Amino acid sequence: MTQAIEAVDLEKTFDETVRALDKVSFSVAAGTVFGLLGPNGAGKTTAVRILTTILVPDGGSARVLGHDVVRHAQQVRMSIGLAGQYAAVDENLTGRENLHMVSRLNHLSRPLSARRATELLAQFQLTDAGDRPLKTYSGGMRRRLDVAAALVARPPVLFLDEPTTGLDPQSRLGVWETIEELVAGGTTVLLTTQYLEEADRLAHTVAVVDKGRVIAEGTPAQLKASLGATVLDVSMSDPESAAEVAVMVAGVASKPANLLGNNVEVPVDDGPRAAVEVLRLLDQRGLVPAGFVLREPSLDDVFLALTGHVAEADADDVNDDTDAEPEWSPGRRRRRRRATPEAQGAAR
Amino acid sequence: MTAVTGVVARPEAGVPGVRGSALGWALADAVTVTKRNLIAITRNPQALVFHGVQPILFVLLFRYVFGGAIHLPGQLGVELKHHYVNYLMPGIFVQTMAFGSVSTAIGLAEDLQTGLIERFHALPMARSAVLAGRSFADMVRNVATFVLMTGVGYAVGFRVQTNAAGFLAGAALVLVFSFALSWGFAVIGLTASNSETAQVTSFPLLFPLVFASPAFVPTSEMPKWLGDFATYQPFGPVVEGVRALMFGGPTATHVEEALAWVVGLLVVLVPLAVWRYRRAA
Repeated sequence: MTQAIEAVDLEKTFDETVRALDKVSFSVAAGTVFGLLGPNGAGKTTAVRILTTILVPDGGSARVLGHDVVRHAQQVRMSIGLAGQYAAVDENLTGRENLHMVSRLNHLSRPLSARRATELLAQFQLTDAGDRPLKTYSGGMRRRLDVAAALVARPPVLFLDEPTTGLDPQSRLGVWETIEELVAGGTTVLLTTQYLEEADRLAHTVAVVDKGRVIAEGTPAQLKASLGATVLDVSMSDPESAAEVAVMVAGVASKPANLLGNNVEVPVDDGPRAAVEVLRLLDQRGLVPAGFVLREPSLDDVFLALTGHVAEADADDVNDDTDAEPEWSPGRRRRRRRATPEAQGAAR
Repeated sequence: MTAVTGVVARPEAGVPGVRGSALGWALADAVTVTKRNLIAITRNPQALVFHGVQPILFVLLFRYVFGGAIHLPGQLGVELKHHYVNYLMPGIFVQTMAFGSVSTAIGLAEDLQTGLIERFHALPMARSAVLAGRSFADMVRNVATFVLMTGVGYAVGFRVQTNAAGFLAGAALVLVFSFALSWGFAVIGLTASNSETAQVTSFPLLFPLVFASPAFVPTSEMPKWLGDFATYQPFGPVVEGVRALMFGGPTATHVEEALAWVVGLLVVLVPLAVWRYRRAA
């Protein structure tokens, strides 16, 4: 299979100490969706920045459609589209003017730029808002415009850096459908995400990154299988009975259960069947659980399973995440629209 | 694992690119960014106040509030026919253009903050276009402000004593000086973490240079040490050069010194700004 994107041993260190990428390698087959899955600060955005020629790696190499991202950056730029985590659009321009500007900077002719702007506004349901300044746009509309701007030159390779972080569920679904349409049309997509659900839905292949390293790679199905597809959370009223439960479920669990205080996390293959089984076992011993929840694995579970530690946002990502923006300042309306923790929680 | 090589994206897109030379595209990109920056000025009420209303206020306030109290000494008073407004206008031209160039810092800091520069870095556009487009747009804006101030100045008694050529040469000197300064503010804008920082860094640097200069008060009226500073710092020769071009008197020394400052500033600041821009991603 031909590879649209190849990264070999990419390394990047910020401020001489922060190791954002520590020999990251992966390749993306043409016409597929590749998901880089990881928490804030894992190095996802740094990888995207290197592949889109914004940053130069300290070590290793990368190619997009066979063009080296350092030596042939210009060819790479002519083959890619990038939509970032924060909608990088000009507040003072209208939607149409934004698309036209990006199109002209892609060196499309004026008439073609005008036509592409109209097409894309229609494609992203922004026709009515197209001639309004961006100040009147909602967060979801800005994000759609940002993705539209990435598509102006019909790039064969598209980079989407957390395209749905902070979006409401409906806008999220809209972005997902757009990505699926593009892939059906032959576009190669590299997508970064914090959500296993998103990777599961869109990506053919997923690499899990943590602290600048790829810690697992495979299809979403393989990843989830390696975790135990589902987790049964059993809460007891005291640690002793929790410990008893952890031992008791050994025959049901797909992997050893995790004992966390009063709580037991039981990885299982077939959720509903295992739930019935565990309830029966509890009942036989006269144990009454304080809580009993069956859930799909979260990113936290992936991390716990793969690394033995909970996914945590490192303070590192100087470049991944420009957090240090005061909320009080008068210039706030122009700031990058940050995904609030609430919004992230809601989208999860 | 074979790589796809030689794939040219955008079959329709390639056509105009094949014809254009690298320099042609660099110019076209700079024009695109210039337009975008000019649109931003016209749509942004703050910008209109800063570059339109505020300069008018400065002319009127200095003319009427300080005009009565500031007496031009000796020969200077005779040359300017004792009209403070004539002394004031060259100073206020320079002051306004210098303050205006702070928006270069603010604009670039905002573009960094919003992620727009990052998007630009991933486009096949000329690397130079962001800074060039910013400079061109600021230049166009400065010309507009200059025309506006000249009109208001004329209404309150400002009369050029030399000729049209002198006036235009003075205008040109103000504009190239502000162009040079804007590269300094580009450095600040590309270094600051946000637009507020850019702004609060810029003005304290600017105030002493603008006011400890012959812009509003003759240096002969200042303490010796301050007068010397005012005479030789960049704003000194520029203000005196513009004044000489518009009102006569010995022009050569001031203008030569002023141009030397302009060249010196550009030689230092342009590479510095370009370096910051390359690192700013």
